[in-house]
Amino acid sequence: MLQFLSSEGKIVNKKGLPKIAAKELKRIYELMVLSRVFDDIALKLQREGRMLTFASLLGQEASQVASSVVFENDDWFVPTYRDHGVLLARGFPLKGLYLYYAGDERGMEIPKEIQALPPTIPIGSHIPHAVGIAWAQKLQKRKSVCAVYFGEGSTSKGDFHEGINFAGVFKVPCIFICQNNQWAISVPTSRQTASESFVKKAEACGIEGVLVDGNDALAVYKATKDACDKARKGGGPTFIECYTYRLESHTTADDWKRYRSQKEVDSWKRKDPLLRLAKYMKKEKLLSKKEEKEIFDSAQQKVKEEVAEFEATPLPKAEDMFKYIP
Amino acid sequence: MPILNLVEAIRTTLEQEMARDPKIILLGEDVGKNGGVFRVTEGLWQKFGQERVIDTPLAEVGIMGVSIGLAVAGLRPVPEVQFDGFSLPMLDQLYNHAARIKRRSQGKYSCPLVLRVPHGGGIKAYEHHSESLETFFCYIPGLKVLAPSRPYNAKGLLVSALRETSPVIFLEPKKVYRAIKEEVPEEPYALPLCKADLVQEGKDVTIIAWGALQRVVLSAAEDLVDKYSIEIIDLLSLAPLDKETILRSVKKTGRCVIVQEAPKTCGFGSELAAVIQEEAILNLKAPVLRVAGPNTAMPLARLENYYIPDKEKIIVAVEKVMAF
Ligand SMILES: Cc1ncc(C[n+]2csc(CCOP(=O)(O)OP(=O)(O)O)c2C)c(N)n1
Repeated sequence: MLQFLSSEGKIVNKKGLPKIAAKELKRIYELMVLSRVFDDIALKLQREGRMLTFASLLGQEASQVASSVVFENDDWFVPTYRDHGVLLARGFPLKGLYLYYAGDERGMEIPKEIQALPPTIPIGSHIPHAVGIAWAQKLQKRKSVCAVYFGEGSTSKGDFHEGINFAGVFKVPCIFICQNNQWAISVPTSRQTASESFVKKAEACGIEGVLVDGNDALAVYKATKDACDKARKGGGPTFIECYTYRLESHTTADDWKRYRSQKEVDSWKRKDPLLRLAKYMKKEKLLSKKEEKEIFDSAQQKVKEEVAEFEATPLPKAEDMFKYIP
Repeated sequence: MPILNLVEAIRTTLEQEMARDPKIILLGEDVGKNGGVFRVTEGLWQKFGQERVIDTPLAEVGIMGVSIGLAVAGLRPVPEVQFDGFSLPMLDQLYNHAARIKRRSQGKYSCPLVLRVPHGGGIKAYEHHSESLETFFCYIPGLKVLAPSRPYNAKGLLVSALRETSPVIFLEPKKVYRAIKEEVPEEPYALPLCKADLVQEGKDVTIIAWGALQRVVLSAAEDLVDKYSIEIIDLLSLAPLDKETILRSVKKTGRCVIVQEAPKTCGFGSELAAVIQEEAILNLKAPVLRVAGPNTAMPLARLENYYIPDKEKIIVAVEKVMAF
């Protein structure tokens, strides 16, 4: 498993350590903080009845943010319902996410400068779309690539196999980012596969697979950057398994205490990706206590503004459901 | 003017449109070097190369799902499913994604693709190779479902489908593929996508059919030519539905027989009957009758002729509405 940072933020492995400019690393950290604050407020809004069912990304910030920052604006994204960190990092408005999870379709509007599909709810059926999008880049001789995000549960679906198999056969510039957060609602990884890792599934399709510590922003960054560079150079797809953990319940409609122990959750809290990166950056003098607070405050402020905008949005009109007839 | 069968009409249309629009690509199982199992795409791989006529892995969900991605990202894919019985796994992709992506992206993306489906029975094929599944497609809001019946209308409808922005299901009647030839103009022409063909005017009874059964209707009408004045509608487009042509006709004749190959229950004919009673009940002189496949699985070749509506069953239905 590719790992550079220990839970204490110490470098445990120098080989291949990515060179990330101080500014870029700070941006990653800021976006991870923003994701966490966004998520925390979403859970609160849901509890107060101001938003509907919501799937928390808590614990998966490094997997989502540190992977998505390596791409360019022309690159494509195909996320799921848990990938708020990906969308935020790409510049998707927070207000849109709050709207969508309050049941407002207008939240799915994608800004002009972003090439992304809206979050998908059905598990795995979006994977072939990403392959088609990546293939279209290749057929049209463009340099862009496509990143698709999904949970380990998706890898049990036929859609995943059919999609990734196409990607291998046609060597398309698609980066498969599997967040193995150990649980698909109440079902553990041992019930998804008898394979020793999810990476094996990619290997069966002739695709390079990389297993990374998904709570280590540096490892996620490195694996994704390499995969992206390779895809851009015509080297074809890569499958990245981010080994991580969902710290919250599956959604606000779920209760994790029904299927996993407090001990297990606590053990993963000690591997928190955000704290880990902060410790590392402080050690390296890339982040001061003061900056840490400023970053947090500014995320709070941003979220507050976006929530205000979300809540000030007038309700959709009944006739909106007839807009955009294909 | 060239005289073409259905296979040739579709093939030459694809060829002309591909030459016109470099965004059109064909993909599916065996569509490339081999020209498809019905040879519809024969010669196109040789002409346009393997980046535009693409042999894919054997994966219907993959073919459909990848096509959606290709379409969203600016191409115009024309996937082929080898036989209609194998299109069922594609329904999830069609229902949840292809038909919704425009709305899901609030207008940012559309999904211009044409799924070609060899449709229906009557060719003594294997099990699962002779189904009529149009109802499944028509039930999906946002899809256009076209059912050409002859070389001429197939060309005109395919040209329109390939210039559409929405996903289109193109049902090709297998039984007609090589059964008839007719004059098909060389130059591309577009037939409107929501327009039924009033094949024959009459006063006593309207018969509605689509696809391969259109020819069976014609032969039934021929047998009855001295007895009744029969009006015949070839739907051509199942979704959207040309209600105007249907209602104008049924309001005039007051009687209607609907002919479909698929099982009767919840078949597309049920929808037609419902529309007619909703909007023309006071003009009806008899109940609307459906001549359809029975509610049992499509049988193997030796029994398929009992299953698929024939001329006799249509005549019985016409006599029944006339005698009501
Ligand atoms: C096709 C499909 N089946 C079932 C569901 C219900 N469902 C929603 S999330 C989920 C578990 C998904 O687990 P995983 O893919 O590992 O992603 P995670 O939620 O852990 O991020 C299930 C079963 C669904 N959304 N789609």
